[in-house]
Amino acid sequence: MSHHLENLTLKIWRQSAPADGGHFESYRIDSISDEASFLEMLDVLNEKLIDEGLEAITFDHDCREGICGTCSLMIDGQAHGPQRGTATCQLHMRTFKSGDEIVVEPWRATAFPIVKDLMVDRSPLDRIVEAGGYITATTGGAPDANIIPIPKPVADAAMDAAECIGCGACVAACPNGAANLFTAAKVSHLNLLPQGQAERWSRVEAMVETMDEHFGSCTNHGECEAACPKSISLDFIALMHKDYRRAKVKNRKLISQI
Amino acid sequence: MAQTMQSRGPVTGTAATPKKRRKFFVLDFYGTAVGKKYVMAITGIMLLGFVLVHMIGNLKMYLGAEHLNHYGEFLRELLVPIMPRTVVLWLMRGGLLVAGALHVHAAVSLTRLNRQARSVKYQGPRDYQVANFASRTMRATGIIVFLFLFWHLADLTWGWWNASGGEGEFVRGDAYGNVVRSFERVPVSVLYIVANIALGTHLYHGVWSLFQSMGWNNPKFKEWRRYLAVAFATLIVVGNVSFPIAVLAGIVGK
Repeated sequence: MSHHLENLTLKIWRQSAPADGGHFESYRIDSISDEASFLEMLDVLNEKLIDEGLEAITFDHDCREGICGTCSLMIDGQAHGPQRGTATCQLHMRTFKSGDEIVVEPWRATAFPIVKDLMVDRSPLDRIVEAGGYITATTGGAPDANIIPIPKPVADAAMDAAECIGCGACVAACPNGAANLFTAAKVSHLNLLPQGQAERWSRVEAMVETMDEHFGSCTNHGECEAACPKSISLDFIALMHKDYRRAKVKNRKLISQI
Repeated sequence: MAQTMQSRGPVTGTAATPKKRRKFFVLDFYGTAVGKKYVMAITGIMLLGFVLVHMIGNLKMYLGAEHLNHYGEFLRELLVPIMPRTVVLWLMRGGLLVAGALHVHAAVSLTRLNRQARSVKYQGPRDYQVANFASRTMRATGIIVFLFLFWHLADLTWGWWNASGGEGEFVRGDAYGNVVRSFERVPVSVLYIVANIALGTHLYHGVWSLFQSMGWNNPKFKEWRRYLAVAFATLIVVGNVSFPIAVLAGIVGK
């Protein structure tokens, strides 16, 4: 049985352009099914706004099943809303109560300039991946599956890191606007595996130093882990720190071998 | 991930990128936020060592004036006759000064970096999930401890305000008497207690945090990092706060 929530008030950030100051605007939802996802609720609101001749609210969304990392939103002061381990698209209205006031804001970080309303430009995350998020592989015929033996715990850990969908919730939730959890996940899922060993040390150095150009620093609050829709562990941050320290020595040794 | 509208840089590491001229190894490392966190952690460990030894040494107070003053003299005579008197003590002081200066410098520059990383703050209220009081107030507790340190030196090392408002006079070398003279003044004791609670709060986050910064998260001891932080902070606070209370209660006195 589906129920309906009545009399919701939404305080949504409206900003017409990157340079615009922006402000909160209040909207009323008289009734919405508790089976609607948060994004569907915004769709319904947008339909209403369009019918009234007003401009629809711009927000990022794509797959709506928690795997693409496109949706964002700071909902009531929490990245991806109050539900742990899910993206905004998997957050449903049953999480809220009738009469609630819900504050919706875009991610805020200097590296993520607001494009419009709730949409931000997260391309600095791409810069980090470009710096080292690749491996060298031989071209030609597809290799046999499972030809490289990988210990199960290693494969599991790499998979846990590879779950990162790059949504930027870690940056948004971090009181310092740091991207350590994102970078650590992207470093670790390759650094743990045999296929990633050739670039292991150049990767971590390049990615950490690219991260430094855009983001803040980690003070180990743990807010990123709590906000992450994939619940990626802080352990990967420690692993990245360790690999970065070792890379500083190893890369110098590697250069001196020429 | 977000698409970019800007022109793209080199896409892979194989593209010929002009090699960035790197600074000297240590400076290069310190130039990054991760490197600064290493410095925070390493200097933090040095300061933790000092705080622990300082507290344990002061427990001599409970054995009486002779023991505490003898311990003070022992510190001045460390490694005598290999080294001249007070040289080792000054070396240790120098190390702590450098560690403290680096700790503060890293903290200040990381704070500035973090402020820049979110130039426009959230306009609605934040709802923090796991960040605790200690982790949120590291800067405040750090500043309190820093200012307290100055007071503490002026009070018991340089003796500027050791007995002002109380009885007697500062006596160089009489650590026991100086402590008693200082703590007999109730406001001073309250100041010491408050400052040590701030120190404990700072340690509660710092001791846990340094393991993450140093990349020490072996599953064998990972779960114990938080307990260690609680135990260390509690030990330091209980030990240090006991001194002014003991003087006020008359357990330690003339």
